[in-house]
Amino acid sequence: MEMAATEFTPWASLGGGVLIGLSAVMVMGLFGRIAGIAGITNGFLGAVVPMSGAPRDRDWRVAFLIGLIAAPLVLMLGGGTVEQTVPDNLARMALAGLLVGVGTALGSGCTSGHGVCGLARLSRRSLVAVLTFMAAGFATVYILRHVLGVS
Amino acid sequence: MRIALGLLSGLVFGLGLVISGMSNPAKVLNFLDLAGTWDPSLAFVMGGASVTAFIGYRLVWRRPAPALDARFDLPATTRIDRPLIAGAVLFGIGWGLGGFCPGPAWTALPLLAPGTLVFLPAMLAGLWIGARGKTLTILNPKGAQ
Repeated sequence: MEMAATEFTPWASLGGGVLIGLSAVMVMGLFGRIAGIAGITNGFLGAVVPMSGAPRDRDWRVAFLIGLIAAPLVLMLGGGTVEQTVPDNLARMALAGLLVGVGTALGSGCTSGHGVCGLARLSRRSLVAVLTFMAAGFATVYILRHVLGVS
Repeated sequence: MRIALGLLSGLVFGLGLVISGMSNPAKVLNFLDLAGTWDPSLAFVMGGASVTAFIGYRLVWRRPAPALDARFDLPATTRIDRPLIAGAVLFGIGWGLGGFCPGPAWTALPLLAPGTLVFLPAMLAGLWIGARGKTLTILNPKGAQ
């Protein structure tokens, strides 16, 4: 599949980012927790499979996930459009998912937990995680697109 | 109340992901493609989100406790250790391969793209495996955690 260039959308991206930050503040103000999607997903996983270290406060975490999944549908019902192009090489997507899952578990957080909440808390640990995964992401796309010639 | 407001928080987060373009892997992969079709939009997502959270956290931390729970419960670990670095490297490689991180993978679910339907279960399996592997002595020589 050809991954074409995407349009630079500073205002929509800034506005969407503010909403993400607002949600993180809601979770802190209401439940006193970090709005890390990894931890929220672990709350759901702990409810369906045995999992050591899964969070105990599952109620709001499962509800949060339902809200997250409903978001694009709500936007479409409101007349909005959802633009999305997902790579269609399924072996690549399976490997990607596995690495993201294992990496999130080992690194204790993802883009939201370290990137948004961790940086907002001025956590040095989160800053190191963010710089590391960004560097790995840049390197991976460079090798894929400019060395191997895969889009 | 916890359920309703948890749901609302998730909805706001998801709308943010979709509106910002973060839920579109094509946009994420272009953000990571500095040497090619670079799209800097996602820097604005990260900036908008962390600045909003930085200000908002300081406002809510003025209260003695969160509204619907007994206390604030923040990550206490400050160590920069091997699992953190190894995890972030693996995460970054997966992010660069698929263009998805955990939040966007969930918001992509109802659109039912084949790539999403493969990525999401693989990610859940990875989270589960990773939680078990975290106790491995290679990654954690002192047996902490």
